[in-house]
Amino acid sequence: MTEDRLDLPGTPIFDGETSRRGFRMNKLFMSLRTAQNRERFLADEAAYCAEFGLSAEQQTAVLDRDWQAMIDLGGSIFYVYKLAMMDGRSMQYLGGVFTGMGEEDFLAAMRAGGRRDDGGQ
Amino acid sequence: MAEVIWGLATSHVPSIGAAMDRGKADDPNWKALFDGYAPARAWLAEHTPDVAIVVYNDHANGIDLDFVPTFGLGTAERYDVADEGFGRRPVPDVVGHPELSLHLVKSLIDEEFDLTVFQELDVDHGFTVPLSVWTPDPGDAWPCPVIPLLVNVIQYPQPTAARCYALGQALGRAIRSYPEDLTVGILGTGGMSHQLAGTRAGFINPEFDAMWMEAIEKDPARLARLSREELIAQAGSEGIELIMWLIMRGALNDEVVKVHSDYFVPASNTAAGIALFDNRAAQPA
Repeated sequence: MTEDRLDLPGTPIFDGETSRRGFRMNKLFMSLRTAQNRERFLADEAAYCAEFGLSAEQQTAVLDRDWQAMIDLGGSIFYVYKLAMMDGRSMQYLGGVFTGMGEEDFLAAMRAGGRRDDGGQ
Repeated sequence: MAEVIWGLATSHVPSIGAAMDRGKADDPNWKALFDGYAPARAWLAEHTPDVAIVVYNDHANGIDLDFVPTFGLGTAERYDVADEGFGRRPVPDVVGHPELSLHLVKSLIDEEFDLTVFQELDVDHGFTVPLSVWTPDPGDAWPCPVIPLLVNVIQYPQPTAARCYALGQALGRAIRSYPEDLTVGILGTGGMSHQLAGTRAGFINPEFDAMWMEAIEKDPARLARLSREELIAQAGSEGIELIMWLIMRGALNDEVVKVHSDYFVPASNTAAGIALFDNRAAQPA
């Protein structure tokens, strides 16, 4: 049986099913809080992913820095952001990726008051 | 008996803390936000409570997804400031108040709010940024002991707005039933409208935020009727964390006096709000 899940356009919902799917990957992101783990990750990213038990597609998403795929494969934005921070990427950069706008236009839209549902600003 | 003397609602966006830590409060992108805090800070500096309670959520720093407590309360003597990945914020660790914590746990569980109890908890920006909004220059210590009240807002299903409001009301009763004379300040944190992921990232809803700001003072029961789905639709997938304001508001009296409020877009990808309420107003008979 599948329960009805909340479906809002353009809005990933980090629900229990998503969290189960992303559990190992989110644990990897959480581990990147320590410098020692970041060094181990950067030394051999694929081995580090294997150690945490990521699926093949999750590992590809992480290695390719495919931020949208990480979200689609169960990443929580707060956890994915740990990897982005390690790469020196901001939340505005990620916003630019998720919206397809690019960081500069995304930042300009935020400074103009944010984005609205009607597509305008 | 203990008494809640004020409630403060404030966003907890990490970049607000970073702007303060890096001396950027006068930067043109930030100045209006910090100017908007000034009247609340001045008032709060004259009204330091004996204990504060911060209603907040963790962001993959103090806890992970192994355990997702819907509501949790700290009972520790100290809470360390978390290292979120690149060094901890240069702010003091937090001194707790275990006696009041244990009283709150018992009172709330007796009222059938079955909290998770934390004897050890590192607190992240969700907790320390609101303290910095209150006290920009704490020196070696925050103004008083602080108790963390954790809420799951990052994994759906979050608690309902109604449950949060009811928890706040029970928290108010629990505080008032504490035998010692203490003054208490309560911080409800997070919000306002924002969404971090998806093609809808960057979503801001100033009309909803204005409605929320008005109603949190005058008609919080109206906000408590909003469904989880309505909150995500109208405030964004992360804006739902505004439910933590309802816990703070529920602990206050029906009639409060607004000391100050302000609204600013954008703090990072978020609409930032602040609202300060004096809880010592005369209540209608």
